[in-house]
Amino acid sequence: MEDAGFILGSYLLTFAAVAAFSWRTLRAGRKLADQVPADDRYWR
Amino acid sequence: MTTTDHDLPAQSSAATTSSATGTRATRIIGIAAIVALGWLVAFGLGFSPADRDQEEAVRILYVHVPTIWLAYLAFVVTAVASAMYLFTSKKSLGWDRMAGASAEIGVVFVAVTLAVGAMWGRLTWGVFWQWDARLTTTALLFVTYVGYLAVRRLGGSHHQRARRSSVLGLIAVIEIPLVHWSVRLWRSLHQEATVLDTDGDIDMDGLMLFSLFVGVVAFTLLYVWLMLHRTRTMAMEDIVEDRGLDAALAARRAEGEL
Repeated sequence: MEDAGFILGSYLLTFAAVAAFSWRTLRAGRKLADQVPADDRYWR
Repeated sequence: MTTTDHDLPAQSSAATTSSATGTRATRIIGIAAIVALGWLVAFGLGFSPADRDQEEAVRILYVHVPTIWLAYLAFVVTAVASAMYLFTSKKSLGWDRMAGASAEIGVVFVAVTLAVGAMWGRLTWGVFWQWDARLTTTALLFVTYVGYLAVRRLGGSHHQRARRSSVLGLIAVIEIPLVHWSVRLWRSLHQEATVLDTDGDIDMDGLMLFSLFVGVVAFTLLYVWLMLHRTRTMAMEDIVEDRGLDAALAARRAEGEL
């Protein structure tokens, strides 16, 4: 049972860390997009 | 520095979208990454068998190993992009942003590797941490790249930031072979490489190897998706910073004319 806790915990921790970094990146992008004209966004 | 350098290495610009940093390409890669991560959970926690020696703890390795491989890749990309900035005549800030974004993602992956590895260590060795050669050099790698990210925030112009961080990015990458071969260079509690070993003989069950492969694919897709979004966000950060500086200079000049 202790094994299951650590195994599931390792997957949860991995996905939580990746999700937090992704959310932070997307949120920063959304905030900055309000201040940058569409013409300056080279990917558009 | 009031000029804005928006020259970037070739990146996707074919598709457009109303979201800030997303395109059709990022949406496709993002969906593929989520599907691959779902497969990783299915194979890592379900279909793959328990190991003869490690028993169920082997399941942790399907996230532990791919995350450190991707961290290695991320730091190599940082070094290559740093070299491209330093040694090409164009001095494109796109390379610098690519280096910075890759280092950030690499730091996240190393942090995950260390945390998840501690859980595997608790189950296999009975302790979360040992001052073992592999663990210690990996921790040093993490601290080095946190330092690299701190150096990027020291201030100055974009090109000053790019120059100093590029030099550091090229020096720091030397740590990767040290981490990888630490288990051979010193007596180590950590096991030697099973897949990336020098004799080319992979002693793994087929389903276990496939689960590891799924993990590598999933985290590679995730890395590409994060890189696209993060480099675009960094480009906007630079533009906003330039505009703020331009506005401050204009205000100062206007004061002088009064």
